[in-house]
Amino acid sequence: MNAPAAPPAHTPTHRTVIEPDRGWQLVNVRELWKYRELLFFLVWRDVKVRYKQAVLGVAWSVLQPAMLMVVFTVFFARLGGLSGGDTPYPLFVLSGLIAWTFFAAAVGQAANSVVGSERLITKIYFPRLGVPFAAVGAAAFDFAIALGLLAALMVWYGHPPSWQIVFAPLAFIVILIAATGLGTLLAALTVRYRDFRYVTPFLIQVGMYVTPTVYMLVPENPSPALQTWMTVNPLVAPIATFRSSILGGPIPWLELGISALLAVGLLTIGCLYFKKTEDSFADVI
Amino acid sequence: MGEPAIRVEGLSKQYRITHGVERARYRTLRETLVSTVTAPFRKRATTEEFWALKDVSFEVQPGEVVGIIGRNGAGKSTLLKILSRITKPTAGRVELNGRVGSLLEVGTGFHPELTGRENVYLNGSILGMSRAEVKKKFDEIVAFAEVEKFLDTPVKRYSSGMYVRLAFAVAAHLEPEILIVDEVLAVGDAGFQKKCLGKMSDLAVSGRTILFVSHQMSAVQALCSHAVHMDRGLVKDFGPRERIIAAYLASAGRTATGGEWVELERGSRSPLDRAWIEGVRIGCDQPEAGGQLYPNCPAFFDLRVRARQEVKPAYLAVSFIDRFDNRLFAVNSNRCRSHLALQPGENVFRFRVDQLHLNPGSFTVGLWLADDKVVLDSVNCPVQFAVSEYLPNPGDWTHAVDGHTAGFFQVRRYESEPSDTTAGTDVEPEQS
Repeated sequence: MNAPAAPPAHTPTHRTVIEPDRGWQLVNVRELWKYRELLFFLVWRDVKVRYKQAVLGVAWSVLQPAMLMVVFTVFFARLGGLSGGDTPYPLFVLSGLIAWTFFAAAVGQAANSVVGSERLITKIYFPRLGVPFAAVGAAAFDFAIALGLLAALMVWYGHPPSWQIVFAPLAFIVILIAATGLGTLLAALTVRYRDFRYVTPFLIQVGMYVTPTVYMLVPENPSPALQTWMTVNPLVAPIATFRSSILGGPIPWLELGISALLAVGLLTIGCLYFKKTEDSFADVI
Repeated sequence: MGEPAIRVEGLSKQYRITHGVERARYRTLRETLVSTVTAPFRKRATTEEFWALKDVSFEVQPGEVVGIIGRNGAGKSTLLKILSRITKPTAGRVELNGRVGSLLEVGTGFHPELTGRENVYLNGSILGMSRAEVKKKFDEIVAFAEVEKFLDTPVKRYSSGMYVRLAFAVAAHLEPEILIVDEVLAVGDAGFQKKCLGKMSDLAVSGRTILFVSHQMSAVQALCSHAVHMDRGLVKDFGPRERIIAAYLASAGRTATGGEWVELERGSRSPLDRAWIEGVRIGCDQPEAGGQLYPNCPAFFDLRVRARQEVKPAYLAVSFIDRFDNRLFAVNSNRCRSHLALQPGENVFRFRVDQLHLNPGSFTVGLWLADDKVVLDSVNCPVQFAVSEYLPNPGDWTHAVDGHTAGFFQVRRYESEPSDTTAGTDVEPEQS
């Protein structure tokens, strides 16, 4: 039971050099890769704990988009006269809501993740980027379950998936990159300025309304200002793409490409700012 | 020797303390906006620069077990935080040759909702073990922690002892080449502490380099070959443990001898302004002792307390600490049911001990003053005193044996069973 441990290797291959902060630095991808198991365990912990504490468990990840779908169908489609074109509105809005809910959950959880991991951050070293990334991972798990609801609803309406479904992962990846970028940026900002705990939910709430592809069919010829906005908002095109690829419809390739570039830009900014401030997390948090 | 396992060169860490409105370490956006706008119109906030570490350098060879000792605020924790890469230094450089495991807290990352089994994997991966490694050592970890039966129970239902045992067990089975440990041994019951120390010595014997921060001189004495003495951010001394521990303990207090008053500076502590302990005098009023203290002989401890106003009731306590920082026992005027009162001005109180149950050696006293609500003063720079070799007194059955405390007892031969009424009723000081 108390057997002496095996002697360590005599030629230490690990060498760690600790030096003062050098300002802006790049993301150490190799180190992140080395800690991939920790990343996995953090996602696994978040998912597991969430469902252990909740009576309804996994049902929550389905319930939220399902309720929103009902609300949107009753108030926006029946009373407001919004339509999903050829697609039944509930199906139309659910596909948008699932993608949006993933984005909102990923950003919201990532933004609070670092402040919420205070104990971990002040007591042990690991690549800090793993914390917001793991929060996004946990949201992706919910997204996967919610897809089941969409599949069930498609069977109910007898709406077969389009062949374009092969492009759905592409749309998902663009949303994932944008969510990770924004979530990481907000996580670092929340450590420094606690106001962001109130700013983030507000941003997310507004975000849904300014991303019209979530709940309505965008008219053929929008005004130039609206057109510009929809190109600049990196979620408009991926959400439209996500829906079209599953339910059928035109895929806005140009806009998707621009959104992908914007999302990568957001990720770069988020990671750079995070890396710049992460050294002081333990002192500030 | 080849390359050192740890090389620390000119390491410094500065913290900025801002005086004024900003109390929290983090800021709010409003403050930042307001201060940006108003900056040109007001004087700069007074920021005080505080060096938690200043130009610290030392080297640790592979296989050495080094203790880091020093008073609170000496920079020990900051040093460990930098070595563990939790925070960055302001200047200087550290080189660590080997896989580093750091243990600043037992149970980091444990989640109360997860079961023991799940937490072992989670904690292992946080500490830097791969899943395969944890799997391989899983049974060993569980056996060490003695929680086999509760593996699938959420740890929030564990007793605190079980929790700590499991957490330490995971950490103890981490097999780094360099282990950095903060005072984690101060947890669990005595039996488990012993087991932890045993595990640490196993690690030390197996050739690992260990850096160990502790206030417990007995643990440093037992585990370490070398020690670093830190004081106010500087390395005061580095060398073989015996010398460093002795120097640290000598510097930690002042020696009281021959029944003279030792004045206590107020600067090193911050008592409330109502009353504080001004001086202490230790001695023996037996004429043949000549002011010296001897085992099992009477002794007195005088405290001179200055009060600005009347304090009633007041409580005084004296605790006795050995040279390894173990608190041996304490006497408290509260427990003796003596109601003391402080008058404005100077007050002198005497604690009298009929028999000082201490073997020859060097000890320190800690002093404490309170009213019925708050602690008014607590002396952290303890006063050292010596207990001399036995005063020859052939009438008594005493004998110097190992240990810190001296016994005084009589042995009689009984013809039959001794009756119960022979038991003494002396009030013993309470053990702490």
